[in-house]
Amino acid sequence: MGRGRSPLSRRWRVALAAIVPAAFLATFFAWPISAVVDRGLRPDGQLDLTAFLDTASDPQTWSVLRFTLWQALLSTAVTLALGLPIAHVLSRFEFRGSRLARSVAVVPFVLPTVVVASAFAALLGPSGPVSWLSEIAIGDSIDMRHSLTAIVLAHGFFNVAVVVRTVGSVWERLDPGLAESARVLGAGRLRSRLEVELPLLMPAILSAASITFLFSASSFAVILILGGPTRATIEVEIWRNATRMLDLGVAAALSVLQLVAVFLLLTVTTLLERRSRWALPMVERAGVAKPVRGWARAWVGAVLAIAGLFLLLPPATMLQRSLTGPSGLTLDAWRALGGSLRDSILFVPPAEAVFTSLVTAAVATAISVPMGLLLALVLSSRRGRFAEAAVLLPLGTSAVTVGLGMMMAFSGPPLDIRAEAWLIPVAHSVVAIPFVVRVVMPVIRGIDPALREAAAVLGASPARVVREVDLRMMTAATRTAAGFAFAISLGEFGATTFLSRARTPTVPILIERLLGQPGTTNVAQAMALSCLLGLLVLIAVLVTDSRRGRMTGW
Amino acid sequence: MVKPRRLLTAVTALLSMTLVVAGCGDSSTGGGEPVSTPSTGNPPSTTAADPAPTRPTRFVDVELTLVTHDSFSLSPALLESFEDETGIKVQVLPSGDAGGMVNRAILTKDDPEGDVLFGVDNTLLERAINADLFLDYESDLLSHVPDALEVDSRVTPIDRGWVCINYDKAWFADSTLDPPASLDDLVDPDYRDLTVVEDPTTSSPGLAFLLATHAQFGEGWKDWWSSLRDNGVRVESGWESAYYSAFSGGSGEGDRPIVVSYASSPAAEVYFSDPAPAEAPTGVLTDGCFEQVEYAGVLAGTENELAAQVLVDFLLSPQVQEDIPLQMFVYPVRPDVELPHVFVENAVEVEDPIAIDPGTAAGLVEELPEQWVEVVLR
Repeated sequence: MGRGRSPLSRRWRVALAAIVPAAFLATFFAWPISAVVDRGLRPDGQLDLTAFLDTASDPQTWSVLRFTLWQALLSTAVTLALGLPIAHVLSRFEFRGSRLARSVAVVPFVLPTVVVASAFAALLGPSGPVSWLSEIAIGDSIDMRHSLTAIVLAHGFFNVAVVVRTVGSVWERLDPGLAESARVLGAGRLRSRLEVELPLLMPAILSAASITFLFSASSFAVILILGGPTRATIEVEIWRNATRMLDLGVAAALSVLQLVAVFLLLTVTTLLERRSRWALPMVERAGVAKPVRGWARAWVGAVLAIAGLFLLLPPATMLQRSLTGPSGLTLDAWRALGGSLRDSILFVPPAEAVFTSLVTAAVATAISVPMGLLLALVLSSRRGRFAEAAVLLPLGTSAVTVGLGMMMAFSGPPLDIRAEAWLIPVAHSVVAIPFVVRVVMPVIRGIDPALREAAAVLGASPARVVREVDLRMMTAATRTAAGFAFAISLGEFGATTFLSRARTPTVPILIERLLGQPGTTNVAQAMALSCLLGLLVLIAVLVTDSRRGRMTGW
Repeated sequence: MVKPRRLLTAVTALLSMTLVVAGCGDSSTGGGEPVSTPSTGNPPSTTAADPAPTRPTRFVDVELTLVTHDSFSLSPALLESFEDETGIKVQVLPSGDAGGMVNRAILTKDDPEGDVLFGVDNTLLERAINADLFLDYESDLLSHVPDALEVDSRVTPIDRGWVCINYDKAWFADSTLDPPASLDDLVDPDYRDLTVVEDPTTSSPGLAFLLATHAQFGEGWKDWWSSLRDNGVRVESGWESAYYSAFSGGSGEGDRPIVVSYASSPAAEVYFSDPAPAEAPTGVLTDGCFEQVEYAGVLAGTENELAAQVLVDFLLSPQVQEDIPLQMFVYPVRPDVELPHVFVENAVEVEDPIAIDPGTAAGLVEELPEQWVEVVLR
């Protein structure tokens, strides 16, 4: 009991904890990715870089890359511009319904990408509200369905939640005493904001910005549906080359390029974050106050109104479309969820797909949460920047590349598991594990080491310290991570398109199939399914997201 | 030592839990897969070297999956009577457009999702055959089919049609313009913003039309498309959205009077209109029509090869061939079946279509779409 921690035994313990997630990620992430890289660099079994270099030097490739980065940059800027005011309002003010608002603000992030893309297409398209407004305003209806604006807005819709949660969590726990001290010492309000609050918030802002950038860069369904035929990011090009041109070599070459770019990006952002990180002086909900003064009320009101409009209009459009049939309002699409309509292009009734999605999500959560926790524990005790960036690579690696890789790697011996139903939840957990790690790790890092030392001094063994200090303080974060993982799995589309078997589709696959068929009935069915999926996600997130009892911040 | 053992236990427990959970997630043995057991007395065969004179005509408890594109349609009564006669239950699996369907079949060929594939056309045939998708099978009923259509022993021709430009008669009647008389009219500035085409990377008629322009204009095909782009052509991803959302004629709800469709589309317009008009509302431009033949084949890897062959024969049977015109609005390959009246009256027969053999088509299909994308879309 209480043996001294010799470096050897500690390293051994850490290594042991790392084995399980490492083995999992090695098999289900590293191997598929290396299959893709192998195909890209060794198309016929021998190292032949000509095909790869052809693709890499193709001006087409570079213009696609430029567009990818440009739209990601714009999306990040718009997201921050929208998200920071909302984060401020939700984290620094207390008003009726603020708790609900905080939970609801997360939902757009976890909505399926196919759903959000189609909601915005409905919103910005020929028979949507924007076109109607423009008809009134300037006499000409604008069709913004396939535009950079649509893409950026859709990304903003998703990622505002990231800003609200990441920055908001820190903001609400900032000890106002710091700013007040600055004021007492003579700084003006603006200066105290800029020189005291902003630096303290910077790690969170950077974190939110980098996540937003990565998601926007690797976004798939949004670009596919809202970009139109003239716009493509690397992700869409990979998918197009793999499934439309059956040119797996080019798809693989593009994936390699994307991997390199993402790795660089992740390294840079990790470095930036580490430089600005310290254990923040956290007080539970310290800075929260009721909006009393006039400007405060006006500010809260305005931000909530705009945010509400922006965040509620797309789902509202979805609901409206789900109730629209060829001859007006009808519940047909909802009724058809239970069984297939005759002559339907769907092979299974939508209800069955909902069940498949739920089971898949449950399994994916059960895999990704323990794996993610183990990884987070291991990583928080290491100092290696390289290891951290490498492990978080799945976050930036597109789901499409993961799906493509799994399809290539598992289509034959030694692991011929491509057709296995359980491969899909495994693919989902590969996508979800980085989220779990990302959610949980700041909490671990934010734990005041003094608590651990106190426990150790009082006689707890290292494992007991982990159990009773780290894990206990992470309960809320773990629950949030589980909710996220569940929601991610429910809405996952990019990897699933490669692995899905025709008889066991998930709901996003069905939605995309239905959206590909014009006609009000099919669109209505797609929208009804989307509303249902959105509801399930909302429930999952609301159930797991609780702010009570969280003593640590991000 | 106590502490490492505890940690080891914890890790082992987590690992086992993960494996158990992952194993429980396996629903492939649940209700998804149809049970297909061959009937007793099936001689096992993997090649069609044996002429199969002993092939049973009745099966017990056999379920076949027919992989098709989204535009497949057959009278349900026919499938039911097929099941009554042969004992084979057929499940139709729509799999996107023809190109997507074939690609998916190639990507899943080690674990095929069906037993028979229908809808691979002459532009995609070589790709499918080179990927060894099909098993050899030569149906006895091929004696009723013109020899010119039998291109490979691994596939059976089922229907044919022509991909042509369609135009809205009413629109042109109301305007000072004449309906287009040739493909060159489409790039005439007078015909600006009037045309809709489908993306050849996502649409089978789109691909057919692209090949037609290549055959028609030779090396100048890119110039023609570039001019068409400058002339305001609209590109839709599929025939459905092009015809129903962008085209103005007949049942189309769009605003453009020229679209890439089929020579038999006018017949469909007349058939589905109530009351039936005296004349079809849309016309066909016979210049630049591409002949498209669709085939069916037995997928390699099927567990019910003999039953699959029976299904292919069924598609060539007189009942199905007669049913095809009013279901899929293309022509049956068998000339000895009667065409419906509305078809004879309103579908346009193309005298001199552009026909490319699958071998040539294959090379073009690999290269042209990518170049098309660069010329038209980027």
